[in-house]
Amino acid sequence: MTKGKKKSKVRRYLPFYLMALPGLAYLFINNYLPMGGLIIAFKNYSARKGIWGSSWAGLKNFKFLFATSDAWTITRNTLGYNIAFIICGTVLSVCIAILLSEVQARAAKLYQSVILLPHLISWVIISYLVFAFLSAESGFINNAILKALGKEGISWYSEAKYWPVIIVIVYLWQSTGYTSITYYASVVGFDRGYYEAAELEGAGPWQKIRYITLPLLRPTIITMVMLSIGRIFYSDFGLFYQVPMNSGSIYSTTNVIDTYVYRGLLQQGNIGMSAAAGLYQSVVGFIIVMLANAVTRKIDKDSAFI
Amino acid sequence: MNSKRTKGFLAFANIFLSLDVICCIIPLILLVVSSFTDNTALIRNGYQFFPEKFSLDAYKYLFKSGGVIMRAYGMSFVVTGLGLAVSLTVTTMLAYAISRPGIPGKRFLTFYVFFTMLFNGGLVPTYMMYTGTFHIKNTIWALLIPNLLVRAYYIMLMRSYFQTSLPEEILEAASIDGASEFQTFYKVSIPMSKPIIATVALFTMILYWNDWQNGLYYITTKTELFTIQNLLNRMIQEIQYLSSNVTVGQSTDLSTLPSTSVRMAIAVIGILPIAIIYPFIQNNFAKGITLGAVKG
Repeated sequence: MTKGKKKSKVRRYLPFYLMALPGLAYLFINNYLPMGGLIIAFKNYSARKGIWGSSWAGLKNFKFLFATSDAWTITRNTLGYNIAFIICGTVLSVCIAILLSEVQARAAKLYQSVILLPHLISWVIISYLVFAFLSAESGFINNAILKALGKEGISWYSEAKYWPVIIVIVYLWQSTGYTSITYYASVVGFDRGYYEAAELEGAGPWQKIRYITLPLLRPTIITMVMLSIGRIFYSDFGLFYQVPMNSGSIYSTTNVIDTYVYRGLLQQGNIGMSAAAGLYQSVVGFIIVMLANAVTRKIDKDSAFI
Repeated sequence: MNSKRTKGFLAFANIFLSLDVICCIIPLILLVVSSFTDNTALIRNGYQFFPEKFSLDAYKYLFKSGGVIMRAYGMSFVVTGLGLAVSLTVTTMLAYAISRPGIPGKRFLTFYVFFTMLFNGGLVPTYMMYTGTFHIKNTIWALLIPNLLVRAYYIMLMRSYFQTSLPEEILEAASIDGASEFQTFYKVSIPMSKPIIATVALFTMILYWNDWQNGLYYITTKTELFTIQNLLNRMIQEIQYLSSNVTVGQSTDLSTLPSTSVRMAIAVIGILPIAIIYPFIQNNFAKGITLGAVKG
C-alpha cells in the first residue's frame, strides 16, 4: 500500500472515527478506568492519598473478608437466589409464553401488555408496593389477611426466614412478563405446518406442546438460561437493597455481593473489604461468563456470544 | 372430540393468564387506591382495596404545598430529557461507526465496546473515580453520566440493525451524489433506522426516569437535585430509620414526613408519565425485548 493510498483511507474513514469518539471516550472513562481502579483492593485505602498514593496491603483485605462469615453469606445468597430465579423464572415464563401463543391473538395482546407493566416500574416504587403489603402496622397482609384468619401479625421486615420466598415472588412479579415475551416471540415464529400435521394425526393441545413446542423451544431456553448463568454472580441491587428496605435484621437472607459492596463503601466506610468483595465479584463473575459462553458454544455454536 | 379438548385447553389458558394479569395489576391497584384513601382511615385500617373513606387530600397537598415534590418531579423530566438526548446521539453515532464495512480497526472497536459487558470495575473504583477525580458528587452530572449514558448492550443492538437493515447501495449512492459521511448519516441512515432508534430511545428513557441509584450514591447533601425517585427513596429510608430507632423524644420527627397517602400519591405520579405513554409505546417495547434475544 502506498503512502497516498493510506492517507486517502484515513481521510475516508475519519468521519466515522469522529462519530465514534464521544462514545469510545465515555466507555473509557466509565468502564475502563474503573477496571484499573480495582487495584484498590490490594491497598490500604486512605482518602487523603487517593487510589494510587495509598500504601500496598497485599492480600490483607481479602484475608479479612474471607475470615468473616459475611463472605460466605453473600456468596450463598447471590448464587442461591440466582439459581431460584433461573429455575422458577424459566418454568413460569415458558408456561406463560406457550399459553399466550394458544389463546386468540387479541387476547394475547391484552395479556401481554399488562404482564409487561411491572417491568416499567422502578425498584423504589416497587418497594412501596411491597411495603403496602408487608408493613407491620398497616400492611395489607397483617391487617386484612392474617387478622381475618385470627392470626398474629408478623413483623416481616425483621424476620429473615420469610425473605427467600418474598424476594423470589417479587422477582417473578417484576421480571416474568418481560422474559415470557422473549419466549413468546420464538413460539409464534414456529412453522405452523408441524402443528397442522399433528392435528391431522389427532394430537391434542397438550401433545402438541409436549412434542412440538417444547422441543422447538429448547435452543431458546438454553440460550436464555446460559445468559442468566453467566450473570449468576451479579444481582439486581434494587431488588436486594430497596425491597427489604435495607433492614439490618434480615441481612442474613437479603445481603448479596452488590449490597455488601455498597454498604461497605457508603454506609460503614469499610472500604478495604468492600473493594475486596468488589474485585471478587468482578473476577469470579468474569470467569463464570466465559465458562457459560464456552458451554453454550459446545451445545449450540450460534448461540454463543463470542 | 378433538375440538372439545381444544376448548377445554383454551379455557385453561385463559384462566391461567387472567390470574397472571390479576397478580401483576393488584399491587398497583392497592397503590392507587391508598393514594385516594383518607389518611386517618389508612392509619386505622391499614392499606385496603375498599377503604372506609376516600379522599383527594393527598393530591390537593401535592399541588398546593408540595413545592419540594414538584421540584423533584421537574428534575425527573429534565434529567430524563437531557439524558435521553445526549445518550441517543452518542450511542447512535458510535453504533453507526462500528457498523460500517471496511472501517479499519472494526474488530477491535467492536470488542472494545463488547468487553464492557463481560467485565467491569464495579461500584468501588467507579465511585472513587467519579467523586475523587471528576468531582461530580452533588451536581446534576451525577444524575446524567455514571453508568447510564452509553450502554454497550444498546450499541450492539443498533450496530446489528445498521449492519443488516441499511442497504449499502443506497449509502454509496448518497456519497456518489456528493454527500459527506455526516450528511449521509444524518439524512439517509437515521431516517431509515427509525424502528431501532425508537426502541433504544424508549429503553433509555425508562432507564433515566426510573434511575435512583445515581442519586443514592452521589446526591447526598444537595437534595434540591433529587428526582422523584430519589425523593421517594429518601422518604422510605427515613420511615425505616424512624420505625427502627424511635425513642420518645424523637417521635415528633414523624410529623415532618408526608402522610402515608401523600407518599402513595407521590409514587403514583412517579409512575404516571410511563402509564400515560405506555399504550403508545407498548408495541415498540415488546419488539425491543425480542430484539434482545436475537444475537448481535
